[in-house]
Amino acid sequence: MTQSTAVVPGGRRVPRNVTRRRVVSAVMIVLTYLAAAAATLPLIFILANLLRQGVGSLHWHFFTSMPKPVGEEGGGMANAIAGTLMLITIASAIGLPIGIGAGLFLAEQRGTRVANVVRFLSDVLNGLPSIVVGIFAWQLLVRPFHHFSALAGGIALAVMMIPIVARTTEEMIRLVPVSLREAALALGYTRWRTSLSIVLRSALPGIVTGALVAVARIAGETAPLLFTAFGNQFWSTSPGQPIAALPLQIFSYAISPYDDWHAQAWAGALVLIALVLVISVSARFATRSRYGRGHD
Amino acid sequence: MNTADAGDRAYRVTVAAMAMVVPLLLLLVSVEVVRAGWPALHRFGIAFFTRSAWDAVNGDFGAAPAVYGTIVSSILALVLATPLAVGSALFLSEFAPRWLQQPVAFLVDLLAAIPSVVYGLWGILVLIPWLRETVMPFLADTLKLGNTPLFSGPAYGNSMLAAGIILAIMILPYIAAVTREVLLAVPRSQREAALALGATRWEMIRDAVLPHARSGIIGGIILGLGRALGETMAVTMVIGNTHEISASLFSPGYTMASQIANEFSEATNDMHISALMAVGAGLFAITLVVNLLARWLVSRVAGERTA
Repeated sequence: MTQSTAVVPGGRRVPRNVTRRRVVSAVMIVLTYLAAAAATLPLIFILANLLRQGVGSLHWHFFTSMPKPVGEEGGGMANAIAGTLMLITIASAIGLPIGIGAGLFLAEQRGTRVANVVRFLSDVLNGLPSIVVGIFAWQLLVRPFHHFSALAGGIALAVMMIPIVARTTEEMIRLVPVSLREAALALGYTRWRTSLSIVLRSALPGIVTGALVAVARIAGETAPLLFTAFGNQFWSTSPGQPIAALPLQIFSYAISPYDDWHAQAWAGALVLIALVLVISVSARFATRSRYGRGHD
Repeated sequence: MNTADAGDRAYRVTVAAMAMVVPLLLLLVSVEVVRAGWPALHRFGIAFFTRSAWDAVNGDFGAAPAVYGTIVSSILALVLATPLAVGSALFLSEFAPRWLQQPVAFLVDLLAAIPSVVYGLWGILVLIPWLRETVMPFLADTLKLGNTPLFSGPAYGNSMLAAGIILAIMILPYIAAVTREVLLAVPRSQREAALALGATRWEMIRDAVLPHARSGIIGGIILGLGRALGETMAVTMVIGNTHEISASLFSPGYTMASQIANEFSEATNDMHISALMAVGAGLFAITLVVNLLARWLVSRVAGERTA
């Protein structure tokens, strides 16, 4: 062994055989190529399946009709699509202002102890399982009132949006040059007007991106809705009533034993993924064109 | 000038109040989740998580099978996802030609954008039939592993194995993204020094890059673990939802999240609901600890770059 190895600083034994080392290196590099190829395969498979199965079952009445019982032709998910848009609207109306406000705080109080703690807790909140957020909203907003509601669903989704929006807002405000803020203050702007109409405004495209990323994240959320929005086979846009949602409808059709409903689930999944991908891809390109590289 | 001061103060207070919503929410979530599960936690104590009874009629509950399934499916997911995630991150940071870097990173990142329920649909209608007809017979018969405890029993498809595979695909982008970040944080000089000493490119990675990035990569893996532990819909749809502990990966099982999602709408009495919520409180506690650990590890390496 002493002949075939040398000890390098750090104590590791390195084989002297250069050919063997080169071969090992080449093999390991090829393995990383294979890992990268394998990591992209699931996405390609899933998208291919979605397109093949989904396009076939997607007719115009999918967007305009209500769900129909098994065996009846031509049902759709009009109520679920409307419900998802409604839930996104409620969640955004609550989550975006709070998230952006928290992001402004984090950026302006940067380095203070409070900001560090809030930033850390925001990451913790972001890491909570969505089902736990669902239980929380159920216990607080459904149980005391004895009925499920779109409002409870929207609030649960808003809770999931806030940490995402807060962190992207903070990052985007950091990209605004300090000189801009100083120039505004030197011209006699008050601090609050500087923050809102100069700093926030210059960071706006980035903040819009952050908001889109957050919407994309919650649009397909299902678990919190099981406990809050609950789903609805009928048309409803009332915030106080249970409401249908695309992910809930996909879930209940997917676990059913019927081929008709599986086809509907594929179509629903295709619509959902199109919604999510269009939002996240446009978010990515919106920032890239401004700052030169994608940011997420 | 007085109105300006008032405006500044109002702005400061508003923004601070919005920031305080974050800690407040976290506090509220912990209080409400524990409150929801309190009757069961109070009745069975901490032993709730080690008992395996689940009898809704007689009100006797324990979460051991769900805890077991959560741990097994998550570990399986990590075992499958980590080599692919770290390998693809190494490819992207060290070897990929420039024109390939963005598209490949983009495709891997997109995995994180697919909703859980879509993974579940794909799992039920594509992955499970494939496992049942191809992979499971191959493992059990062709490789003759059918007699080992891990791969024994009938191949239904709905199984711990299916849950582990789906979870692996779902957490891969998270581990890959963090690993890529920390690899980029390794100083160039570190690589150049290794090459200058005569290391091959792999030796450079093994001896100079990976040790430097190690705690960050572990942080990324634990972050992935946090995701896997709490993942609900996709797992509920493929794991088979059975309240049993079985050594075989071919057997159906439960995870904490899937048990809550699966039984919530059909729970008949208050104690059953409360037992499900107690499972949720346990899940909350586990993911909290795992996330804190991950954040701490990642911030140790990437702190100067991202925080």
